[in-house]
Order: sequence, then C-alpha cells, then structure tokens
Amino acid sequence: MSITAILFWVLSVAALFSALMVVTSRNPIHSVIWLIVTFFAISGHYILLNAQFLAVVNIIVYAGAIMVLFLFVIMLMNLNKESEPARHRWMQLAGGTSGGALLLVLVAALKDTELKSQQSLLLEGDTGLIKTLGQELFSTYVIPFELSSILFLSAMVGAVLIGKKD
Amino acid sequence: MPINYYLFLAIALFSIGVVGVLTRRNAIIVFMCIELMLNAVNLLLVAFSKMHYKLAAAAAIPIANPGIDGQLFVFFIMVVAAAEVSVGLAIIVMLYRNIHSVDINFLNRLKH
Repeated sequence: MSITAILFWVLSVAALFSALMVVTSRNPIHSVIWLIVTFFAISGHYILLNAQFLAVVNIIVYAGAIMVLFLFVIMLMNLNKESEPARHRWMQLAGGTSGGALLLVLVAALKDTELKSQQSLLLEGDTGLIKTLGQELFSTYVIPFELSSILFLSAMVGAVLIGKKD
Repeated sequence: MPINYYLFLAIALFSIGVVGVLTRRNAIIVFMCIELMLNAVNLLLVAFSKMHYKLAAAAAIPIANPGIDGQLFVFFIMVVAAAEVSVGLAIIVMLYRNIHSVDINFLNRLKH
C-alpha cells in the first residue's frame, strides 16, 4: 500500500469518526470542536487531490471564520452545558433509521455505476492551483464572482437587521 | 484512488449529517450538520473534478483546464454557506433573545 493510500484511509476514518462525534456529543462546544476536526480531515483530502486553493480556503473560511462564529454564538448564549432535552426515544430511532435507509439506498444505487473503474488523480495536475483557478475565476466566472459580493453585502445587511434590538 | 471510494465516503458523511438534522433538537447543532452535508458534497465535487482531469489527459482532449468548473463550484458553495451562516445565526440569536431557548420545537413561534 502506497503512502497516499494510507493517507487516504487515515483521513477518511478521521472524517467519519469526527462527523459521528459531531452528531453524538451532548455538549455543543464539543460538537463544534469535532466539526473543526472534520473540516481539517476534508482539507487533507483536498491536499491529497492537489486542490491546494480549496484546502487553504476550507481552513480559512470554514474552520477559521464560520466555526469561530458558531463558538461565539454558543458562548454568548451560555449554551456550553448539556442542557438539551433529549428527543423522544422513538423520534431518535426514526431519525436514525431514515438516515440509515438513505445511506443504504444511495450505496445500493451507486455501487454498480460505470464510473467504478475511473480513478481520481492524486497529487498531480495543476487544476487546483491558485494561479489556474484565479485566471478562470476572473475571466469566465467574473459575473458570478461579482454577484457573490452582492450576496455577501445583502447577507451582512440582513444579519444586522435581524440581530438589531428593536 | 478509485472514484467510488470518494463516492461512498461522501455518501456516509452526508447521511451522518442527515441523521444529525433529524435527531438533534439544538438549532445550532442542526445548523452544523447542514454544514457537514455541504462539505460532503464539496469533497465529491473535487474528486469528480480530478477524475475529469485524468480522463481528459488520457484522451488528449484539447480543452484548457479540464475539470476546473467543479472546483470553482466548490468555491461558490463556500461563499453561499458563509452568507447562509451569518443570516441563520442572526435568526438563532434573535430566537434566543425572545424565548431563551434554541430548541427547534419552539421555532414555530417565529410567525407571531
């Protein structure tokens, strides 16, 4: 087994385990920390696929900005204790069963795809480099890029308006 | 790596997110599970992007940067997720200020 295969399996197990811990921890702070671990594992996958720009952006935007926002909100509302009332037993059972059924259906539907023999290129290719992505982003995709800045502006105005004390 | 390993990893992460949304009552944790589902999709998009890169390189198709659309789509998903989180957390803070709880069973009081 090559080193990239070992890294792939280690990162996959880390991502799945920490994702399970996000769902099962009782304390919201622990959930946030485990979600950050998940994001780091997914960033490792991006590095393995040589998508360096997305790996860095994933850490900066998700682990750096979004999760800190979550932590701020949890600390602000003083939710860092295990105060969540448990759902009914049968509701939890129904939720778990539905999720498991979704997993089963998707795996059964996709296990015999004709893509099965295709490989994903690891550690090679210049698609994910900042230079290539930047040139494409500012030439072909310049209009969606500018529109996303308008989206951010409206999200910021909306957040201020909703959060304002009236 | 075979593409279906990535497919199954992304399906598993997405299903864990779905289970979290269905079983938890804390609105913030439900939100985090939605982020988890978005990230599972992002991972699969990047894997397919690299698959297309390899296919185009093997077939010597003369297009510039095969598979780059997938990675740019991931970038835009991240942009939309950041905007969504800022508005969603503002709504949760407002909810907490009004009813002193973030239980999603009380979200129906938003309509009053």
